[in-house]
Amino acid sequence: MDTTTVQAKRPPRPQRRPPSRPSSRRRTLRTNITAYGFLCAALFCFALFAWWPIVRQVVLSFQENNLVDEPKWVGLDNFRTVVEDPAFGQAWKNTITFTFLALLCGYVIPFAVAIVLNELRHARGYLRFVVYLPVMLPPIVSVLLFRWFYDPGPGLFNQMLDFVGLPGLSWLDSTDTALISLVIVSTWMNMGSGVLIYLAALQNIPGDLYEAAELDGAGIFKRIWNVTIPQTRLILLLMLMLQIVATMQVFIEPYMLTGGGPENATVTVAFLMYQYAFVYGGNYGAGSALGVMLMIVLLAVAAVQLRLTRDEKR
Amino acid sequence: MKHRNLAIFLISSGLVLSATACGGDSDADADGDVTITVACQPAKTAPKQRQAWDDDVKTFEKAHPGVKVKSTDQQPCFDPKTFAAKLAGGQMETVFMAPVTNYADVIAKGQAKDITASTDLVKNFGDIRQDVRDMLTKDGKVYGIPNVSYTVGLVYNRALFEEAGLDPNSPPKTWDEVREAAKKIADLGDNYVGYGEYGGGNVGGWHFAQSIFSRGGEMVVDGKAAFNSPEGKAVLQTLHDMRWEDDSVGSKLLIGWEALMQQMAAGKTGMMLGAPDVVTDMVQKFQGDKADYGIAPIPEGKASLTGGEAYMINPKASAAETKAGLEWIDFQFNTPGKGRHDYARGKANGEAVGVPNNDYMGDSPTGQKLAELREKDAVLPVEYYQPYVEGSKSVELKLEPPMAQELYAVLDVAMSAVLTREDADIDKLLADAEGKANAILAKS
Repeated sequence: MDTTTVQAKRPPRPQRRPPSRPSSRRRTLRTNITAYGFLCAALFCFALFAWWPIVRQVVLSFQENNLVDEPKWVGLDNFRTVVEDPAFGQAWKNTITFTFLALLCGYVIPFAVAIVLNELRHARGYLRFVVYLPVMLPPIVSVLLFRWFYDPGPGLFNQMLDFVGLPGLSWLDSTDTALISLVIVSTWMNMGSGVLIYLAALQNIPGDLYEAAELDGAGIFKRIWNVTIPQTRLILLLMLMLQIVATMQVFIEPYMLTGGGPENATVTVAFLMYQYAFVYGGNYGAGSALGVMLMIVLLAVAAVQLRLTRDEKR
Repeated sequence: MKHRNLAIFLISSGLVLSATACGGDSDADADGDVTITVACQPAKTAPKQRQAWDDDVKTFEKAHPGVKVKSTDQQPCFDPKTFAAKLAGGQMETVFMAPVTNYADVIAKGQAKDITASTDLVKNFGDIRQDVRDMLTKDGKVYGIPNVSYTVGLVYNRALFEEAGLDPNSPPKTWDEVREAAKKIADLGDNYVGYGEYGGGNVGGWHFAQSIFSRGGEMVVDGKAAFNSPEGKAVLQTLHDMRWEDDSVGSKLLIGWEALMQQMAAGKTGMMLGAPDVVTDMVQKFQGDKADYGIAPIPEGKASLTGGEAYMINPKASAAETKAGLEWIDFQFNTPGKGRHDYARGKANGEAVGVPNNDYMGDSPTGQKLAELREKDAVLPVEYYQPYVEGSKSVELKLEPPMAQELYAVLDVAMSAVLTREDADIDKLLADAEGKANAILAKS
């Protein structure tokens, strides 16, 4: 059959829609182009400064790489290296203990302080400033301040103990007290932010709930238990996850105050990562392997938290 | 309105892109000139030293037409934390400095250029001590030009020695004498420390190595840990007894390299292990009294870890850059009376000239000339360092053990244990450390 004949018999194509009426998709695109533009810029920044480094870290954890020669794939060797490190178990134990203690102090104390501040009728602004002040200090300044507080000789804490007739402590220089000393520094440095967030949450609780509780004869603790905590549960859960993620990455306190000692009592996972990457002759692969392990643990914690939050919302 | 939003987007995207854009420097100008970057320019906080450096750059450029020198002032000059990243990112200077602790690592990783064929550009290269040059030679190839070398000694406070009834002209020669002197100084009163020692931050393990070498012990033999020995035990036992029987080493665990120098400069610490430049730092950085410090050879004096630094060439440097870089090293760091060795200018600029912190030229003609110039323009009491100068000649130089930092971290545990626990079991500590060290060494 002659194809040209067939084509000639076809009906004429319908005319395209006039360009003056764009499709709804194009209209939506045009309306939102600015938003997409900003989104692209943000995605670009995230990709460059957050996601790409994460991908690189995962890749590095399977490589022997001195950043100069061609990287060599070494399978799971880096993971074996860190797992067989004598300090590995101790570092995880210290990190988990630190996280637990830091949560105990850094979770309960700021919440209690926020409740007290919320109840105060006088000097609220001043007290909020005082509580938030440590957050405004650079962490290095706070840590150096505590180095003096903890000095076994002329340090502030031992002078105070001496003043009330108690013997001085070794603070950072004893395996018994070194880790808890770091927890105290961490709590002091970070509680200001927590207090402000809790305060904001507390101020959103309707006053009539407390009034109703009072009419039912509820005392202060019952009001906290039955009104305050249920009303702030979501923010409490969020802060719990944020604090776990932050405290498990503790680095600056052991780095500046104890160097991981005495007797590895304050070696943490992040500190050990630093040792591998920057002290042990640039073993970036092993440092990255440790980082990947920490990331997996933190992802698991975050997943549990998200699940809990989702259940709460339902 | 839409146009304005689009403009905002374009500007913000442009800012992001320009902020993250990378640039590169060209090393050769169109007219064929060579531009090199050189590390270690003094910081702006030391204006006189910085001006002296800048003057040297001008003098060098005048003497070498066609060569342009760009200085970088990163402090510290060599930072192992950023070294590899700088090199990989093309930010490493053409001429960079590395301390002796990193020679082997830098060379093994191919991070320094083979300059074997060009060493004649450094005129007095042959006068540099052979053992010091050997540290930068691998498989017959030369990878750097040393310009500082020293052994560790015993830095002591002469004023405290006198106060404690000790003779400052007869410093301790053995560790027993150190212990005895430390006790007398600590007995002067509260907060007096007879002998300062590190207990962490890897410097604890590093000082353990210094001490065991001084007693004739070894860290690693045939790839296996050798510090669980009578000498190793003696190191820990002496420290333990000084802490818990004599109370002469203080109760504060020191972890940072500068912590002990700061404590010593404060005037209540009698002795510490340290290189002669510790005195320079205590006088210049920590305002110690220059008349207070003397230096003796390391107690027992069997051997000492060597210290020092060398200048190396970026492995990516071209032949012309390598030539210009080596000429700069020759001019600035290896010529008596010029650059670093212009002691007259250093004295005029208020530097603490006089410490015998450099013996890399030994007794060669250049070495003798350097010693003569240093003593001529000394502002520090050089006679206080004479015991070190004489005594150190017989001290054997030791290089760092393999996997040094990992081993130091392991030995930090033992050092911190004897300094913080009276019931520390030294045999167990050493046995544990030996097991851990052997596991680390087996992998290397």
